[in-house]
Amino acid sequence: MDNHFDVIVIGAGAAGLTAGIYLSRAKVKTLILNEGTVGGQMVLTHEIANYPGVENISGYELARTMKTQAQKFGCIIKSNLKITSLDLKGEIKRVVVNNKDIYTSDTIIISTGGRSRMIGAIGEENFKGKGISYCATCDGDFFQDKEIIVVGGGNSALEEAVSLTKYASKVTIIHQFDHFQALEHYVDEAKENEKISFIMESKIIEFIGDEKLDAVKIQNQSTQEITEIKIDGVFIFIGYVPNTETLQGIIELNQWKEIVVDKDMKTNLPGVFAAGDSIQKKYRQVTTAVADGTIAALSAAEYCNNLKKELSEHELVH
Amino acid sequence: MLKTNLTHVLSEKDHAELLQNNENVMICCGRMGPMCIPVYEVMEELEGEYKNIKFADMEFDSPDAKIIRNLPEAKSFQGLPFTVYYKNGKVVKATSSIQSRDQVTAILDEHFKQPVNETTQN
Repeated sequence: MDNHFDVIVIGAGAAGLTAGIYLSRAKVKTLILNEGTVGGQMVLTHEIANYPGVENISGYELARTMKTQAQKFGCIIKSNLKITSLDLKGEIKRVVVNNKDIYTSDTIIISTGGRSRMIGAIGEENFKGKGISYCATCDGDFFQDKEIIVVGGGNSALEEAVSLTKYASKVTIIHQFDHFQALEHYVDEAKENEKISFIMESKIIEFIGDEKLDAVKIQNQSTQEITEIKIDGVFIFIGYVPNTETLQGIIELNQWKEIVVDKDMKTNLPGVFAAGDSIQKKYRQVTTAVADGTIAALSAAEYCNNLKKELSEHELVH
Repeated sequence: MLKTNLTHVLSEKDHAELLQNNENVMICCGRMGPMCIPVYEVMEELEGEYKNIKFADMEFDSPDAKIIRNLPEAKSFQGLPFTVYYKNGKVVKATSSIQSRDQVTAILDEHFKQPVNETTQN
């Protein structure tokens, strides 16, 4: 069957592409199905300076190289599609794409990654690209001598707040807790910057404007008091959420909706493995995703080989 | 020049010729940055499916890109890329920031001819 593969990898970020490289090189018939852009979160990284063996590379270039590598070994990659149905429980796994194309496999690797967390406040979707941004390096220069807010308390938020002071006249960091989760040196650097001020224990509850963002409503989490602030732009860096919505009720997820795996990247379902930012783990880096993808690929290949052995032994007996 | 497989608009003259020679045009004006690359990739994939549309890009920082940067439809835009859809030389839609394949195809289907939907292979 043309549409039957040894392994289907769902997701083409660092973990999925790595799995594709390993499997295809080992002559395992592999298909990668990807809902978004090939490269995943890696593409959203402007510069990667800590990928061992590569001094400096853009996330886009690294993703493109991984994609080319996988394709050169024979991996088929289909991207920007919609996975409309997943059957992971049977011996043969079945994936339906765009409500019409059916692909089957002996094994599945789920590497659906994550996406930027949105605040969920009123008006957020309306002002994306019109005052709200999730990328400082992309949109910082639109806010030259303007007043902006950075939302978040982790490393990214604090680091990007400092970088945005190159453009903005004033940067206000809003964080929902009374302390930051960022490493100390990021916090110190932000506190030492004269352009940066802080509003702690507060959340944005509404974005206000006409054609573009003019103001935000902020609620103090202790007093519940609501204040309105005039603002030119808001940059949001409040972490990531795993892309596992379609897996709920199908596969074991933890309380944060991350896929539960063992050391071999096995999930609770036979023949289903997972890797990358969508699994339960502490550190999310390109390097850790690559490692997960490698382990998942080797485990999936072993699973396929065992299946084939069982099948041939069964055929010999009968 | 942007590192894409799309038609590159390098000048105001290119822009004018593109609009003159094509009824339906989509131009993504951006940089090789995280919010722009996904849009270029979607456009590259859609080129094979929407034969009646000319897909092009333009470098946001080139002086001639003012033809897009200064569009009235883009005056409230504060996020890259600026993506503009033209029919018979007139702007019919413009968007700011990253757009998904679904968002782009919804616009193409609304303003241009409906294509035959097919999954693309890279």
